[in-house]
Amino acid sequence: MDLTVARGESLVVIGRSGTGKSVLLKHAVGLIRPDRGTVRVNGIDVNSLGEAELLALREQMGMLFQGGALFDSMSVGENVGIALREHTPMPERQIDLVVAEKLALVGLAGTEALRPSSLSGGMKKRAALARALAMNPKIMFYDEPTTGLDPITADVINRLIRRLQERLKITSIAVTHDMRSAYHIADRIAMLHEGRIHAVGAPAEIQATRDPALRQFIEGSSEGPLLPT
Amino acid sequence: MSETEAGTAADWPQRFLLARLQNAGEVFILLGSILRELPSGVRKIGLVVTQMEAIGLGSMPLTVFVALFTGAVAAVQASYQFRGYIPMIYLGTVVGKSVVIELGPVLTALVVGGRVSAAIAAELGTMRVTEQIDAMETLGISPIRYLVVPRFLAAIIMLPVLTIFADIVAILGGYLVAILTLDVSSHTFTSGLKLYFKVQDVVSGLIKAFFFGMIIATMGCHYGLRSEGGAEGVGEATTRAVVASCLLILIVDYLLASFLFRVLFA
Repeated sequence: MDLTVARGESLVVIGRSGTGKSVLLKHAVGLIRPDRGTVRVNGIDVNSLGEAELLALREQMGMLFQGGALFDSMSVGENVGIALREHTPMPERQIDLVVAEKLALVGLAGTEALRPSSLSGGMKKRAALARALAMNPKIMFYDEPTTGLDPITADVINRLIRRLQERLKITSIAVTHDMRSAYHIADRIAMLHEGRIHAVGAPAEIQATRDPALRQFIEGSSEGPLLPT
Repeated sequence: MSETEAGTAADWPQRFLLARLQNAGEVFILLGSILRELPSGVRKIGLVVTQMEAIGLGSMPLTVFVALFTGAVAAVQASYQFRGYIPMIYLGTVVGKSVVIELGPVLTALVVGGRVSAAIAAELGTMRVTEQIDAMETLGISPIRYLVVPRFLAAIIMLPVLTIFADIVAILGGYLVAILTLDVSSHTFTSGLKLYFKVQDVVSGLIKAFFFGMIIATMGCHYGLRSEGGAEGVGEATTRAVVASCLLILIVDYLLASFLFRVLFA
């Protein structure tokens, strides 16, 4: 597979459950090492970096995990501020201000004291998004950002992602099987199928595709060349 | 029989050994990472103190309870073994020495170790299966420095502290049982206790406790971080952590005893 994402671009990788979309994302951040091939961020091979350099690179990247992955031993405010506390000499009061700003950005103003266990699914994702954005990353990764959310909350997340990408010029790579979300947030859509990039194109091209496998996936039909997994 | 099936039946001893060696290797890698991150981890005093409270304060009631009965049993059984041919003056001696050298450190470590390594494995295991460990790494924070090192430091500090309390309470338990039910006078017991008392006995016990603390924290973290597959995986990790801790505590107890009492303090 050969995939390049341009700076400031929003790429969405679609594909069936189990094709390895999340694994692809984890390779991009260096959480998993490839058996073969290279992953380059800004021209640097991610897997050639030492631990300290890798951690430094990750300060420029943010990732939104499928379930949010908020730290349940901490409050929402502590979650959002953790990267600032660990990586910067910022004083506490300033950290509080940044945390408040990021929470307001995702529509969760004033929730600093809440604990992750008391949040709804949508709130968890938004809090996790605020946490990922705390260090103003240049690159954002989204693992199934709308999966498991009701349609209204899903739309809120989609708009948020698009707005962030346009306003803050963040490069974003999202992985999803929610086509509506894909059309909303993508500049380009790539379909991952059987370990390969099966098709790549702008949302309009993808929507108009004649390829049977892609057609079957985007229409959500159980009839076609793709068999149930 | 297919090739793989035949292979499976015939070479399970090798595969078992290989798996054990691989596991041991991973533990040493973890220990290496812990030692490397120790200096920066020490600076996170707040995290260490939180863990010390969880491990130390949390385990205190259990430790005291176990110690009381340990000392009581030691006195009862020693008196039974002595009756008729060993003077009761030595009851205090034997209770004191066996508590301080062996019973205090080892029983405290087994009991506390079970509780603490299970709790650590469960917490880190749950974090692993809910992607919180991955999230921490993507935030550029080392899980070893943030999660493992504080627990490691807390354990190596608190196990000796708990052992001191255990020693005191156990000897007290033995004392109470001796004077209340074994017809031994208070003076007899306490003079026996002081008779052959050596500081090196206490120090040996505390050295043991220090290493037991290392084992407890390392096993809990190792199995917790390797959890996979949801609740079942976390449950398995918890069990493995406890079993591994207990086995290693007993093995290391023997090794330390050999070193301390035959080499160092011979």
